[in-house]
Formats: sequence, C-alpha cells, structure tokens
Amino acid sequence: MPDAPGLELIAESINEVRDGTVVETSFEHDRAALIVDPEGVTDALRWLRETEGQSYTFLSSLHAADYLPATPRFAVHYELLCRDRVERIRVKALLDDPAAGNGSDALPELPSCVELFPTAEFQEREAYDFFGIVFRGHPDLRRILMPEDYVGWPQRRDFPIGGEPVLYTHNEVEAPRWFE
Amino acid sequence: MADEPLRDEVSTERGVDRLTEDPVAPVVDAMAAEESEQDIEQEVMTINMGPHHPATHGVLRLIVTLRGEQVLDLKPVVGYLHTGIEKSCEDKSYWKVIPFVERMDYLSYFFNMEAFCGCVERLLELEIPDRAKYLRVLHLELNRIMSHLVWLGTSALDLGAVSLLWYCFRQRDNILDLFEMSAGQRMHTRYFQVGGVFEDIPVGFEAKVRQFCGEMPRRIDQFEALLDRNEIFLRRTKGVGIVSRERLLELGVTGPLLRAAGEPWDLRKATEYLSYPDFDFKIPVGTVGDGYDRYRVRLQEMRESVRIIEQAIDGLPEGPWIADDRKVVLPPRDELSTSMEALIHHFKLVTEGFRVPPGELYYSIEGPRGELGCFVLADGSSKPARVHFRDPSFVNLQAFRDMSVGGYIADLIQNLAMLDPILGGVDR
Repeated sequence: MPDAPGLELIAESINEVRDGTVVETSFEHDRAALIVDPEGVTDALRWLRETEGQSYTFLSSLHAADYLPATPRFAVHYELLCRDRVERIRVKALLDDPAAGNGSDALPELPSCVELFPTAEFQEREAYDFFGIVFRGHPDLRRILMPEDYVGWPQRRDFPIGGEPVLYTHNEVEAPRWFE
Repeated sequence: MADEPLRDEVSTERGVDRLTEDPVAPVVDAMAAEESEQDIEQEVMTINMGPHHPATHGVLRLIVTLRGEQVLDLKPVVGYLHTGIEKSCEDKSYWKVIPFVERMDYLSYFFNMEAFCGCVERLLELEIPDRAKYLRVLHLELNRIMSHLVWLGTSALDLGAVSLLWYCFRQRDNILDLFEMSAGQRMHTRYFQVGGVFEDIPVGFEAKVRQFCGEMPRRIDQFEALLDRNEIFLRRTKGVGIVSRERLLELGVTGPLLRAAGEPWDLRKATEYLSYPDFDFKIPVGTVGDGYDRYRVRLQEMRESVRIIEQAIDGLPEGPWIADDRKVVLPPRDELSTSMEALIHHFKLVTEGFRVPPGELYYSIEGPRGELGCFVLADGSSKPARVHFRDPSFVNLQAFRDMSVGGYIADLIQNLAMLDPILGGVDR
C-alpha cells in the first residue's frame, strides 16, 4: 500500500504524463485510491503498470458502482496489485451519466483496458451488462450474464428490484401471448 | 429354378454371393479417393456443448469449433445460473446479506462469508477476537478440503475413474458432519457473523476434528494410490492444457492453477488476514503447469490444510468468539430477559440492522480457486449500496480457451475438470 505522501507523488507523476488525469487522491481504511478522469484511465493504468518501481502488473478486479444521488454518477474501479511488494492501489474512474435529465438513452463511455490487462475482458463485459458502461475498444462487448436480448441495466440503483413481473396464471391476461 | 425363390439352393447361392463381395470396400475406396483430393482437409464444425452436459460441472455452455477432434476455437457462454444475488443484496441489511453471498460459489460458502464479513468489519473498523479468527481459519480450511474433495471426485469421474467419487464424498460427508456440529447446518451455514462467529464450538467438536485430521492424510494417500499409477489418468493429464505462467498472470488467473504453473502466490502468505501468520504451512507449486500438476498441487494443498487445522485446534485461544460491540453484534440470549438495553439493541439490530459509515472497500482472501474478493460500497445506511464479488471461477474461466485450443476435445474435458469452475460463482 503506498502511503498518503507516496500516493501524492504517484498522482503528480501521472499528471506529468497526461495533464489532468488524476483528479483527486483518497486514502481511507488504509487503502490508497486515485480518482481519475475516465478518458485518461488507460494512461494512468499504463503508467502504474510499466513504470520502474511501480509495476502494478496484476489487475485483481474490475467492477463498477452506481452512486446514484451523486454526480458523477458511475465509477469503474480497477483494483491493481503489485505482487513483488504486495501493494494494492485502486484506480477509480468517475463517469457522468450522459442520459441524466435529457431522457436519452446515451451510455457513459470510457476506453477499455483489455490490451493492458487481458483479464479485464470478462469483467468489462460484466460492467457493461449490469451498468450499461461502454468500454471503447473492447474486442467483444456483449452482455455476459444476462440474456442477450435483455433490455435495461439491472444493477443501476434506479432499476427496481422486482421490476420484472412474475407471471402466474392469474395475471397471464395482462401479458397476453407471453410465451412467444 | 430362379423362379422358385423358396427353394434352398436359391437362397444359399445368393447369400454366398453377398458374403464374398465386401459391401464396405467400395465406399471406403471412394472416401479415400476423396480424402486425397482434399488433402486430408476436414470439415470445420461449430458445435454447442452444454449447458446441460455432465462434464461441464454445472451449466456452462461452450461453443466449440472443431476440425475432426481438434479444438480450433472455443467460447464459453455463461449466465445460465445468474440469480442477481448482487442486486438482491442491495435490498437487505448487512447481516441478512450473509446467507445470500454464501450461495454464490456454493462449494466455498465459508470463504464467501469471510470475504463479505471481513470487508464489512474493515469498513466498520471492528477488530474481531482471537478465538473468532482461529475458528474462522479452522472452518475455512475444512471448507477448502471439502471443496477440493468435490473437485477431485468429479474430475476423476470425468476422466473415467468412477470409484473415486464415492471415496471423496465419504470424506466430504465427515467434514459436513463437523459443520453440522459447529454451525447446525451442513451447507450454507451462516456461521460467520460480522464481528466473529455465531457460536462457540460445541463439546466434542475438538475430538472429532482431531480424529478427522488423523484420518485425512491417510485418505489422501489412498486417493493418490488410486490415481498416480493409473495409466489412463496419467496419459490424459500429463502435458495437457499447459499455459505459461506469464499468460496466466495476464489473464488474472489465481489459485491452484497459477501455483501449478510455478508461481508461489498465495494470499494467505502474501497478505495478513485472520490468524494465518500464526501457522506454519507450505505453498505447494508445480513445475510444468499441466493437468497433472494442477491435480498434484490441489492434493498437496489438502495436506497443508490438514496441518493448519491441527495447529488451529491446538492453539485455539480461550476467550470470546464474537466482538463485544453492541451496536453491531447481537447481545447474548440470556441478557435479553434481564437487561432493557440488551433488548433494545437486539430489537434495533434485528429490525433495522447496524449502520455502516460511508465508504468503499475491496477485501480479498485466498479461496479454494484463487483470489476471492469482495467489494462493498456503504452509503451510511443499514443496507449496502453495492456488493460485488470478484469470483475466481469467473476470472479463471478466461484461461480455458488458452488451455484447450489446439488440443483434442477429450483434453477439453480434462482441462475443464482441472480448471474447476463453480458455475454458481461464475454467474452469481
């Protein structure tokens, strides 16, 4: 775990490579996190992976979260691990919801990191499947766990639990020919 | 004579004629001619395997492109067991989430519980008592053996060694008996709580565990004796499904698969969680990284787990088994009839649940299949805003293509058996 000053140094170095990449740093529960601009996420990840003395070469997990009342609304978390020093760092890309307020069905986008970390392939598909976050440059961005023809992004906070009515014989009339 | 077909001579004569000329020969000749024309090129077929196939260990569907018996390409299709557990967790208070997450990877329920409870404890900054840490380790390692036994039995079954399944399941039943004794349930025990474990181990549990630990190494020797000189098993596993260690790391593979390729990476050693630093155990690694190494690594891991269990039961510290924080942990049952405060705490905890201060955390442990991580996002209420599991089966499954392409379809079955994905964990 880089300590708080170490984290600032990392943030500065990344901003030297691409200005405005690291927006903020956070250090809570002994975990270090870099909050980055979504467009610069691959730059930050590449720097962390390839810089001498950093070598965060292992992507443990990639997952998304929805912070609904907050803006930016979405975040994609990259849990990086340096196996030599057993240090973890989280890169968190905050994403605005382009559909907020205008009723369009635009989806938030950010570049894919599959080229840097091939392990992200399934996990980016999962984030797309559940949150509708589009990873630009992903080789095969399809739904992974939900059925291919599913409509909606089920793990968004505004997607209701029980949003899909369960069909019984008594409410079959409300969904005629449901079996087709 | 030819007009009287019922006469004996006729039928025998014609019969003889038929037998002397080989009916198959012309067809074979034609095929051979055609083959030489096509230069032994065979048709490329894309076939669907699963989701209901006995060798896919659940409902894994594979779209396999084959030329003859050779695998050219392979795509796993998952999601048939998706039950939306992560979404359901968002609607439950923290302590009600525990039984949900247990059911993700249904063979490593203690690990799922530990990943979730450990994550919430770190968000609450709640320290758990030593005895609880030891009891957790004890159950985690029993669970690891149990999970590996199911893997061994079913994998051997896939490779044609049917009898081993029964021996493995007999041993597994002993472990489930132990779980039943300590937690009251054989599977999905809900034994771990935020703050410790649900109850202390009962009288007689220790003796039973010692008896199990005495017996288990002998049983592992017997399993080995059944497989290690089995010509079929050796031929099917040795040198099959090799993926280089660099590629495995790129693909994010962890656990026995990575260790079989020679990378000594185990979170129990690398990071400090629970009481693992107190125990003396080894990390088995392979050299080649083929199916045989994966089998050897897992068997050796079971032996090491037995050693950890022995040490945990020997060094089990006295004291409370759950933290004494009344804002998080249920008060003891006997206090409810005497203490008004305890009653209020009990009521608040059962109805609303405890609140977790806002924050987010990723906590990972070494599961039987690799790094099992849990991400919890707390928004300050009594329900988590997001629970995500980084399931090792899900990530490891990406290496399946690398293992199987270029091999035969029979090797694909072997690779899947040695990969050991649990579809409940993949699909969540």
